[in-house]
Amino acid sequence: MSPLLEVRDLRVTFPDRATGGVHPVDGVSFELARGETLALVGESGCGKSLSALALLRLVPPPGRIASGSAVVLDGTDVLALDDKSLRKVRGRRIAMIFQDPMTSLNPVFTVGDQITEVVHAHFKVPKQEARDRALKLLNEVGIPDAASRLDAYPHQLSGGMRQRVMIAIALAGEPELLIADEPTTALDVTVQAQILELLDQLRATHGMSMLLITHDLGIVAGRADRVAVMYAGQIVEQASTAALFAKPSHPYTQGLFASVPRLTGPVGHLMPIPGTVPPPSAWPSGCRFRTRCPIVHARSAEMPPMLQVGPEHSMRCWLAEDQQ
Amino acid sequence: MTAPAPSLLRRTMRVANGRAGAVALVVIALFALAAPLALPDPATQFDIVDGALRPPSAIHPFGTDHLSRDVLSRVANGARISLAVAVIAVALSITLGAVVGLVAGFFGGVTDTIVMRVVDGAMAIPRLFLLLLLVAAWDRLPLAALILVIGATGWLGTSRLVRAEVLRLREAEFVRSAQALGAGARRVMFRHLLPNTIGPLAVAAMLGVGDVILLEAGLSFLGLGVRPPTPSWGGMILEGKDVLQAAPWVSLFPGLAIVATVLAINLFGEALHRAAESRSS
Repeated sequence: MSPLLEVRDLRVTFPDRATGGVHPVDGVSFELARGETLALVGESGCGKSLSALALLRLVPPPGRIASGSAVVLDGTDVLALDDKSLRKVRGRRIAMIFQDPMTSLNPVFTVGDQITEVVHAHFKVPKQEARDRALKLLNEVGIPDAASRLDAYPHQLSGGMRQRVMIAIALAGEPELLIADEPTTALDVTVQAQILELLDQLRATHGMSMLLITHDLGIVAGRADRVAVMYAGQIVEQASTAALFAKPSHPYTQGLFASVPRLTGPVGHLMPIPGTVPPPSAWPSGCRFRTRCPIVHARSAEMPPMLQVGPEHSMRCWLAEDQQ
Repeated sequence: MTAPAPSLLRRTMRVANGRAGAVALVVIALFALAAPLALPDPATQFDIVDGALRPPSAIHPFGTDHLSRDVLSRVANGARISLAVAVIAVALSITLGAVVGLVAGFFGGVTDTIVMRVVDGAMAIPRLFLLLLLVAAWDRLPLAALILVIGATGWLGTSRLVRAEVLRLREAEFVRSAQALGAGARRVMFRHLLPNTIGPLAVAAMLGVGDVILLEAGLSFLGLGVRPPTPSWGGMILEGKDVLQAAPWVSLFPGLAIVATVLAINLFGEALHRAAESRSS
């Protein structure tokens, strides 16, 4: 079966005086099957959120998607759609929820209004029917006393509740793909697990695919089928979740794992990756990670392609060649 | 659509000045609406021989003017005209300003640059000067045209205000979220951005009404605004000018009406401004 979403060589360009143009997203390719969850993992500034926005053509100006990129949703090239058709994709086929539930809801409208707005945008249904759907969605995302919450304003709800409302709004268009951009980063730890659990359960019941964007490898296990690790605008390692956790291969991925505290295994020191992701204008030639990499490879000055390290496991590192 | 206007209003009323302004405005509005019905029609009560320029008395609490018309009755009728002119003109300029500000702020780039440079240029021309020119060029300007001209010259400040708000809100996550869920430009502008600028817009409208009352009074005093015999406060002061020493009440009472109304509007507007600010911060 063909994948639901196929992203090929996605590149986002921002004008830059010194260099003539930078690519914060630089040749990202991945596929997403129906019902599958793919986690996109990386530090702040690696281009993961921008990649997600690009899928919906919401790259903030003056950025734009470079020609040669392709985002194919079930046979349709999203990047070639006119505005009207694009609006029928946004929300209806691909929905997105954002990081901060405090600012993702419009402060002057009730929760009910914001859900029915999306229902009305995509379905020709009478008002009462839209309201019934909104109520059903609020129940589905686990909001207690949903009937009275329909008329609540966002400021009357807690952060966790607001994120649930955001999810209900995203589901209102009955999308095939849900993009969750750091859906739990702004929430309390106890609420994070609940929201992730809810997302996973809704994905299963609605038969959606999910693109889960996170900087936290800890929430990936058990929730994503596959993981793509991003660094400096590129995917540097891609594998099934099991394979990645069993054998993180790219030095960057290994660094990410070493910097996360573990509950099992011997007690050791956390090993932070030195430095931060450089801005796109300062990316080194060749391997982008070489300025922070503990390993110096003879071919670091050349950009490595995605190389196979195992079945359905590849990485953008010359070490893969040596291992074979 | 239920914007949190009630809570903004409630917050405004919590301030003493806001309450005082609101009460005064309600009294003035009722006076403008009801008093002309109860009082004799000034247009028909000419009693030139012995009724002219009578000082205030039980029958004529504000006295009579040189055409022996009841000043109280004229002030009440003038309130209708002056307030109507101000409210309609401000409604017009607020609408224009909001649309221009929304478009410039939302689309940004070249659109924004062109629109806002035009606004900057237009702002360099003093409004009163422009109005005098327009009004002088057109002999016997109809009332509707006067309203139109005042409204069409008053939107510049509002457009800047709304644009600034839109620039701030455009990056808000709820705007991106609405777009991600399929809202087009028009829906984002009018359904998501505009309602979030209601606070500053209400303040601008309120203070704008005060400005326009003064502006219209000024024009009418110069004989370029509302034309006699239609009563307006500014026009009445002009009519009383020649008898200012012999019969000061002819000018005094419309003058007091202007002061009271503008004061009430500014008190309320200022309280509204504070309420809107405290909400956004």
